[in-house]
Amino acid sequence: MSDVLEVKNLSKSFGGIQAVKDVSFSVKKGELLAMIGPNGAGKSTCFNMLMGQLKPTKGEVYFEGQNLIGRPTREIWRMGIGRTFQITGTYTSMTVVENVQMALISHHRRTMSILPYAHKMYKPKAMELLELVGMQDQAERHCAILAYGDLKRLELAIALCHDPSLLLMDEPTAGMAPTERIKLMQLTADIVKNKNISVLFTEHDMDVVFAHSHRIMVLNRGELMANGSADEIRNDPRVQEVYLGGGSLFEEAEIQA
Amino acid sequence: MGLIFAQLLTGLANAATLFLVASGLSLIFGVTRIVNFAHGSFYMLGAFIGYSLMQVLPGMFGFWSSVLLAGLAVGVIGVIVEMLVLRPVYKAPELFQLVATFGVILVIQDLALLTWGPDDVLGPRAPGLKGIVRIMGEPVPKYDLALIAITPFVLFILWYLISKTRIGILVRAATQDREMVGALGVNQAWLFTGVFFLGATLAGLGGAIQLPKGGADLLMDFNILAAIFVVVVIGGMGSLPGAYVAAVLISVLNVFGVTYIPQSTLVLMFVVMAIVLLIKPYGLFGREEVAGEHGQVGEPERPIKPAGTRGRVIVGGLLVILAMVPFFGSNFAQVLITDIIIFALFAASLHFILGLGGLVSFGHAAFFGSGAYVAALLVSHAESPMEIAFLLAPLGAGGAAIIIGWLCMRLTGVYFAMLTLAFAQLIWSLVYQWGEFTGGDDGLVDIWPAAWLNGTTPYYYFTLLFGIGGILLLRHVAHTPFGYALRASRDSVRQAEATGINTKRIQWAAFAFAGAVAGLSGALFVFSKGSVFPTELELAKSFDALIVIFLGGVKTLAGGVVGGASLEFAKDFITRFEYWRLLLGLLIIFVVILAPEGIVGASRKLGERFGFVDDGEGRR
Amino acid sequence: MKPKNTILAAAAAFAIGLSSISAFAAGDTIIIGEINHYKRMASFTAPYKNGIELALDEINGAGGVLGKPLEFIYRDDQGKPGEAIKIAEELMTRNGAVMLTGTIFSHVGLAISSFAAEKKYLYLAAEPLADALVWAKGNKYTFRLRASTFMQASMLAEVAAKTDAIKYATIAPNYAYGKDAVAAFKKALKALKPEVEFVTEQWPALFKIDAGAEVQAIERAKPDAIYNVTFGGDLAKFVREGTTRGLFEGRKVYGLLTGEPEYLDPLKDEAPVGWVVTGYPWYDFKDGPNKVFVDAYRAKFNERPGIGSLVGYITVKSIAAGITKAGSTDTEAMVAAFKGLDVDTPIGKINFRKQDHQSTMGAFVGTVALKDGKGIMVDWSFKDGANYLPSDEEVMKLRPASK
Repeated sequence: MSDVLEVKNLSKSFGGIQAVKDVSFSVKKGELLAMIGPNGAGKSTCFNMLMGQLKPTKGEVYFEGQNLIGRPTREIWRMGIGRTFQITGTYTSMTVVENVQMALISHHRRTMSILPYAHKMYKPKAMELLELVGMQDQAERHCAILAYGDLKRLELAIALCHDPSLLLMDEPTAGMAPTERIKLMQLTADIVKNKNISVLFTEHDMDVVFAHSHRIMVLNRGELMANGSADEIRNDPRVQEVYLGGGSLFEEAEIQA
Repeated sequence: MGLIFAQLLTGLANAATLFLVASGLSLIFGVTRIVNFAHGSFYMLGAFIGYSLMQVLPGMFGFWSSVLLAGLAVGVIGVIVEMLVLRPVYKAPELFQLVATFGVILVIQDLALLTWGPDDVLGPRAPGLKGIVRIMGEPVPKYDLALIAITPFVLFILWYLISKTRIGILVRAATQDREMVGALGVNQAWLFTGVFFLGATLAGLGGAIQLPKGGADLLMDFNILAAIFVVVVIGGMGSLPGAYVAAVLISVLNVFGVTYIPQSTLVLMFVVMAIVLLIKPYGLFGREEVAGEHGQVGEPERPIKPAGTRGRVIVGGLLVILAMVPFFGSNFAQVLITDIIIFALFAASLHFILGLGGLVSFGHAAFFGSGAYVAALLVSHAESPMEIAFLLAPLGAGGAAIIIGWLCMRLTGVYFAMLTLAFAQLIWSLVYQWGEFTGGDDGLVDIWPAAWLNGTTPYYYFTLLFGIGGILLLRHVAHTPFGYALRASRDSVRQAEATGINTKRIQWAAFAFAGAVAGLSGALFVFSKGSVFPTELELAKSFDALIVIFLGGVKTLAGGVVGGASLEFAKDFITRFEYWRLLLGLLIIFVVILAPEGIVGASRKLGERFGFVDDGEGRR
Repeated sequence: MKPKNTILAAAAAFAIGLSSISAFAAGDTIIIGEINHYKRMASFTAPYKNGIELALDEINGAGGVLGKPLEFIYRDDQGKPGEAIKIAEELMTRNGAVMLTGTIFSHVGLAISSFAAEKKYLYLAAEPLADALVWAKGNKYTFRLRASTFMQASMLAEVAAKTDAIKYATIAPNYAYGKDAVAAFKKALKALKPEVEFVTEQWPALFKIDAGAEVQAIERAKPDAIYNVTFGGDLAKFVREGTTRGLFEGRKVYGLLTGEPEYLDPLKDEAPVGWVVTGYPWYDFKDGPNKVFVDAYRAKFNERPGIGSLVGYITVKSIAAGITKAGSTDTEAMVAAFKGLDVDTPIGKINFRKQDHQSTMGAFVGTVALKDGKGIMVDWSFKDGANYLPSDEEVMKLRPASK
């Protein structure tokens, strides 16, 4: 398996606080890689740097051999990285299918077009994506009235619309009921398997993490403290210390922006 | 040296009124997020009430009691306004309340006229402070010194109130996070009322305290409005020390401006505001804006679809009727409809960026005026044929919008709005001041259409073609990928950027496009009236458009057109009455309270309720 | 719009076509369309309207004009030129007005003037002062009643030239009227006394004067005399700051329009004593037509007349005289009649000049004094406007040849 994403010595400090310290790792083709860690460990900061929303203090990020640092978010997306957010950010004034169509329009670089009707563009493809996440029945519903779990599924459909080779998912199951979580992650796992996509995700729910990830990284106080298979991580004494012994870490103030 | 010091003192004295009024505005905005246009009216009422009290209460004690009582009286009026007019509309979209406050301005104008009559009154001098003292040989009025002393004192009291009392802590909390105060179990409604009382009282004090330096007249409400907005923005919205520093800065610069660049009086403060905002986007003491929804509070906007068969038939039928007007309607009916279409197009162009883009512009008249002036200047100076001037007008306005848009795009929300206002005022003062080229306020006249169009009916058809054409074009673009991308950029910048949409570029392009369409309406205007004056570039013109959009319905596609057409038509009728401002003001307040979603939004709801229209969920 | 009116108007429009409008005047009254900024300029339009009402009473009491009563329709344009033009169209085509009159603001006057020329309607500009109205932008269909900026400034310059003041300061609101007034004064004074110099020109924003700063700036220039064009609230603030800071001590001040009751009365006992001003000393007439007018006005309205009252009154008298001379309400006949029209007024005979359509209505010039705690004009004299207008050759140059 070749590396899709390669991260070298990624660091970020806010003022005097080192939020992320020399984090290096890689994501392999077709891999489901989980990044876990207590609140404030630097997970979202890492994600934001990967997607160009934050500028790292230091470090390099290569996606399929190309450097990502310094590129704006939208360009990184165009290179083939999809992203879903911890708090969903769909377009509330549009219907479900239009949300997907919007991303498709952007993918085909048609956002400045003022001739065709947008709601007729790429509709079959959008419906196909909705079907993939099981949302086809709700395609014409107003996005603002969707249930939270449905919004998460919609975001997944949007993230898949330009056939990315890498998906970054920030807490994909946050705020969902336990049964829903399993369903969504199962869905994700199936999709990435079929499409041969790599996934890097953060997650709080350890059941989800251990059930679905191929590999797990543990981030603590901005540093990568462990990186290995589910069993390795489970048995790592330092990880146990963080998660079981030192509950205090969970209460630490969030320092990422 | 003595003169410079004396000038400094003059500036500091002038800052007193400005600070009092602006601090009230800043407080109200900070806590309630209401852009209170009626603040100038509170100031005017303070002056008139103070004047009346001073006629009754004698001596030094009477003078200062009058000032205080005037402030308190205006505070009570503020409470009445808040409870009757604003409380019912807090749930409405953000900035919607400004429409209600605009109605209040109109009502207060006519009530003041009824109460105090049309004549200007000269304020009485302050007993005991009539003379001057010589400082370094220069005469300084004693009252100026009193004002210089009072202002920091008021600032101190306010500071104490805000930072040391429980109410103050709540006010600060509300300024930073409105939701939190509700969570703290505080009755938000009463907190808002209290802040309105305080803010209005400060405005009333400002009006009364300036009496010895001026007086009271019926134009003072609008005359101070721009200045206090500038002060609040330069200082940073919601910041009291900021308001003080900005008031002093503006006043002192103005004094020196008067002496060394006498022609600068129109533009100086707007130049200062533009510079400050370009360097410090949130003002000198402002925090980055937290509330970023821009008209997105309340029920989310519905998805849009191009008109169905029924809609098309209705619009087509309407167009046929309009096309028949010259055959059955009067000459005046054509003139009136021409005016209405031009205004509706202008309002629709603002609605495009405000409604779809969430970009609140307080200076859209700049582009209407640019279009009108580009056409008029081409005709007057280059003797260009009407057809060419007409075509170049939207391009000129679009060009202006590209430049101004580029400068304003760095900001968001109310700060964006204020920067557009500053640039609109700059264009206005340029046109006003540059008499040799633009005709100044005597305008450009004799700008009539080409011979083949000259006449009420030909021009009526011409307006129908380009006006309705423009409206339909805006509507079409709303349904295209560009319009969708604009809505996407408004709904979620993060999501849009994360799916490859260059949100700033989309918004900038939309700003330019809306500017060009506004320019088109300006060009239609200038040839229908035969003349153009700086009044078409004024703040009031921008506000007119803003208000009709909210009245029509921000979150509906037809809001701009329907609001524009309805209000223009209503105005034609209402202005025939003697106290038309009172009527119009009450009408606006009435619509605001009864139909917070605007005319279109409210009638759609009614339609859904009675089953005439689909509610988008398949239910009827 | 009431439906009934619309149908009526539609029928009429069918009957007479779109261009010939005067047909409406065939009714029982002669209707004049009066457009003004009734709300924006309430303190000036109220006495003006009263003056119109007084004249209408007199004329209609004596049998009207051409055997028909004269009627005015008053409309408020909110001070917006675009609105004024819409109203003008409505007055002429729907209300059956035979001609237009009114406005105080120059820019609204200019807009109506251009519109009148385009549509071939007669417009008598009552109060707007801009020189352009009869000169640079003058046209066949526009006449102006009131003594213009140029005329009134020349009257003051004539008085100023007789003193030994050399260094002048000017202060005027920063807009066209203020600029015209300063330019006219400078031109007239330089012509009479070439050695004068203007040491500073102050341009406060209209109704937003920063009086303290203006006074300091003028004081700094140490002029011998001051020429003031500010009015309304600006004037009050300027006078108060100037008096407090001693700006006017030992200096002659010339105030354009300052003596008009509308501006002088609000100043009460702070009226700037010693200023030489143009205005209207209604309180000082002992006999003659001036006195008759003032008495009739006070009897009817129980208040003092303003300069606006006089202008309103003469406006109606001029219109009545014009229509009588024309013998009909046909626009071209009325235009021809207004050219060179003589009108008897309380201030004497005036003439609407053939060459530029400006009336020779003059103005009163006097010195401000205090009496019973109020400002009045003393040592006043009436200046006939005819003596302060440029020569015919100059007018030919000023007025575009085509019109």
